[in-house]
Amino acid sequence: MAIGPDDVRHVAALARLSVPESLVPELVAQLNGILMHMDALALVNTKEVPATQGVGDAAMPLRIDIGPPIPMDAALDSFAPSVRDGFLLVPRLATHEGAGDDESVE
Amino acid sequence: MSPTAVSAVRDAFARMADVDAGPTGLNCILWTDEDRALLEARAVDVAAAPGALKGVPFVAKDNIATTHLQTTCGSRILEGYVSPYEATVISRLRDAGAVLVGKTNCDEFAMGSSNEYSAWGPVLNPVDRTRVPGGSSGGSAASVAAGIVRIALGSETGGSVRQPASYCGIVGVKPTYGRVSRFGLVAFASSLDQIGVFGATVLDAATALEVIAGRDPRDATSADCPVSPYRAAATADLSGLVIGRPREYFPKSLDARVAERCDAALGLLRARGARIRDVSLPHTDLAIPVYYIIAPAEASSNLARFDGVRYGLRVPSESLREMYERTRTRGFGPEVTRRILLGTYVLSAGYYDAYYKKAQEVRTLIAKDFRDVFESGVHLLFTPTTPSPAFELGAKSDPYEMYLNDIFTATANLSGVPAMSVPIGEIDGLPIGGQLIARHFDEQTMFRGAFALEAACREAR
Amino acid sequence: MSALDKYEMVKYEMVVGLEVHVQLLTRTKAFCNCSTAYGAPPNANTCPVCLALPGALPVLNGEAVRLAVRAAHALSCTVNEISIFARKNYFYPDLPKGYQISQFDKPLAEHGKLDIGTNKDGTPVTVRITRVHMEEDAGKSVHDRYQGATAIDLNRSGVPLIEIVSEPDMRSSREAGAYLRALKQLIEYVGVSDANMEEGSLRVDANVSARLRGATKLGTKTEVKNLNSFSGVERALELEFARQVKLIESGDEVTQQTMLWDANKGEVRPARSKEASHDYRYFPEPDLPPLQLTPGWIKQMCDDLPELPAAKRARFANEYKLTPVEIEVLTANPPLAEYFERIVAAGADPRTAANWVIRDVRQVINAGADLATLKVTPEALAQLLAMVQDDTVSHAAATRIFAIASETGEKPQDIARREGLLQERNEDALAGWVDQVL
Repeated sequence: MAIGPDDVRHVAALARLSVPESLVPELVAQLNGILMHMDALALVNTKEVPATQGVGDAAMPLRIDIGPPIPMDAALDSFAPSVRDGFLLVPRLATHEGAGDDESVE
Repeated sequence: MSPTAVSAVRDAFARMADVDAGPTGLNCILWTDEDRALLEARAVDVAAAPGALKGVPFVAKDNIATTHLQTTCGSRILEGYVSPYEATVISRLRDAGAVLVGKTNCDEFAMGSSNEYSAWGPVLNPVDRTRVPGGSSGGSAASVAAGIVRIALGSETGGSVRQPASYCGIVGVKPTYGRVSRFGLVAFASSLDQIGVFGATVLDAATALEVIAGRDPRDATSADCPVSPYRAAATADLSGLVIGRPREYFPKSLDARVAERCDAALGLLRARGARIRDVSLPHTDLAIPVYYIIAPAEASSNLARFDGVRYGLRVPSESLREMYERTRTRGFGPEVTRRILLGTYVLSAGYYDAYYKKAQEVRTLIAKDFRDVFESGVHLLFTPTTPSPAFELGAKSDPYEMYLNDIFTATANLSGVPAMSVPIGEIDGLPIGGQLIARHFDEQTMFRGAFALEAACREAR
Repeated sequence: MSALDKYEMVKYEMVVGLEVHVQLLTRTKAFCNCSTAYGAPPNANTCPVCLALPGALPVLNGEAVRLAVRAAHALSCTVNEISIFARKNYFYPDLPKGYQISQFDKPLAEHGKLDIGTNKDGTPVTVRITRVHMEEDAGKSVHDRYQGATAIDLNRSGVPLIEIVSEPDMRSSREAGAYLRALKQLIEYVGVSDANMEEGSLRVDANVSARLRGATKLGTKTEVKNLNSFSGVERALELEFARQVKLIESGDEVTQQTMLWDANKGEVRPARSKEASHDYRYFPEPDLPPLQLTPGWIKQMCDDLPELPAAKRARFANEYKLTPVEIEVLTANPPLAEYFERIVAAGADPRTAANWVIRDVRQVINAGADLATLKVTPEALAQLLAMVQDDTVSHAAATRIFAIASETGEKPQDIARREGLLQERNEDALAGWVDQVL
């Protein structure tokens, strides 16, 4: 399975990274150079092998339904880029418009 | 009379000024606050409580959350970010009387094996400044090797503590997955990440690990498993101990000098009473492909939170989409970008089964190799930590060639077992480490081997 | 969009499946100790975990698991001993981690059912439940507060939800409405959620398609979102069905897409979205080990369930010989049913008690009183009914006495005496009543 320029553009869009066209060929080559080595896995018979699900045999520990929350030394507005009246601000989205038109409110 | 915390902290900062600062410095420490460190040291000096690390200065990798020093993960996307909460490991060290004196340089988001991928410039190897210290916890390793501190925290995903420990000639420990809380460790690949410790000696590392190990209710993957007194594992006698020598870690292609140093170390262990047995971990050669699917996949998801909305870098833009893309594109360096793309690809529709799912299945086989060999009566495994000593800065430009540095270390992360690197000698004046691997949660036996190996190597010199 | 004509309505059949999100009634969030309380100042109920600060980790709330399992049992689901949390990856500013912790291929529970009514022949109309899984809520995006900016409030980020997914078993908007009402009632019965659509603690997305009546293959479906009331669901489904039928009738094809219901305009329109962009890249959440529940605990949760609506209706029919309509009203919610049963337990005739609850008690409740704080206890009402029964007071007087008692909380016989509502010849009987009470 080889990765192509369109794949690179597609995953870059999914990952919210802008890859300049001039860099696409180099990335295609690099990613294929890496993925080539992954082909070895296809040769391994894993029909009867379960996928690793987390590491170790630990079961999920459960919390009791009680506070207080983990304390913070500094308030949100001391580290957030844009805060107003306690809200975090981002560039305006129309109601039910997605980020860049392609994800609506889930 | 042991030195006071204040004088120990002063010494650390003096040493830092000598070796780390300036254009010719090692560049191993990124963020410090001497006044604050001295304040804490004074508090430690007046405190009545003894504390296992009372007055001991330490440094922590820049991907571990601290409340007074920045936590940037070696990345522009977190430039200036000071965490409003503290990692569990930092709290535990401070409770034991240790004093944080600096945050250390690392590969961006712990992705790298040479510390050349830091947004804040490369770290130099204190042993030979033309060479890399290893990575990704290169700054922590160099800080210990350069004598600034005796104890440093790093993090491991595929060898990021053991490999730089080997390159810098110090001790580096990756505990069992779940042994140490990850709360406050900025995630790279959650199912592989584990905080590790560097020590100038095995005793330093054992002491630090004892302090930070143990269940933390803030990390659902931290294990409820009793912590042994690792320092008490120090012994000269290894009789009754069976050490496996896995043949896959000694391929014909291995640098003969590395193989020779390892076999010499095995001879020393045998001389102390251990029995050496040839064993096999047949799926070893699949570790790198498996690792470089799982780690980028998890990373692509873990790094989605760096979006310019709540903290860190934001590149102002007209639209949200633009803000996301500009922020992330400017914030992440090339290696991080490459791994996010790779990880997004292997998880994307149509490729999940062939890559991610397949890799998790093969991972099961790699873990089974270890279980089988430990069930066959072997207590410890001994291997080279790295295929070679430290390489020169800029020597490896091909990504995959760089990834092969993890070839002997990634298996322990994939299977979760504890492993550590102990200096076993030099090649052309460059240190090289030997790796001890134990069964899950048996750090005790691992340290027993390490104490003996360290003592034997010291005598042999 | 014009309505369907008779011919089209006979020719085509609506097929609906519903995805319902229900907010669980926990004190703290799903993965952190922050409060779930509604109405706090923006971002006041946040911490490193639900802000997705670097290095923070989720730890699952056991109470959320208990409530989710309770709901799953109420829906007759099989609860899985092992279920897996998964990450659903997408970028949105009210989703702090860039992924939602949800469940994907190993959900909490599967294979349930819900009876939503009765066919003409008396057999139940059943909707199959595909799955019930746990997930966390996102924050809130406020679009109209500031010029040029969207405001994000993460107080809701991380609040525990269950998603209840049905099979495409509903054949009309009426059935969809009946399903939602039955589901809401069930959820309220078992006390896992407020299930209030207006406040957003119950949210509905609908998958709807049209096909020729009698066809076995499903048509291309669209997903209708932003449904904010039960009546809105029904209207939106009608409109979307009509739109699809008109498309098919004119020779076009229905395209799989997301539609939005606009309650103000009363219309359904496509969400602006690019095709094939939803690639959520689900994978198992590595920060959370598999959730393991023991068979004993799962069974215990089932045994702990209260009497469910269907069972209560059957019992009311059996024990009290009430009409289906009376039963429907009295079993609408557990407090009302309990109020009725306590009147009967205090000696009242079930039919009379039913009439009073359905007419007088509900009138007071509809006027804004809460059953829990209603000043007339069921026992007092039973006394009043007994006074009517033995002619101590007239029926008309009893109605007045009840109205006064619901204001003042006084005993019926005190009101009767003070207001001079006693029927003379039964002074003795009242004395007897007073003795009994004292």
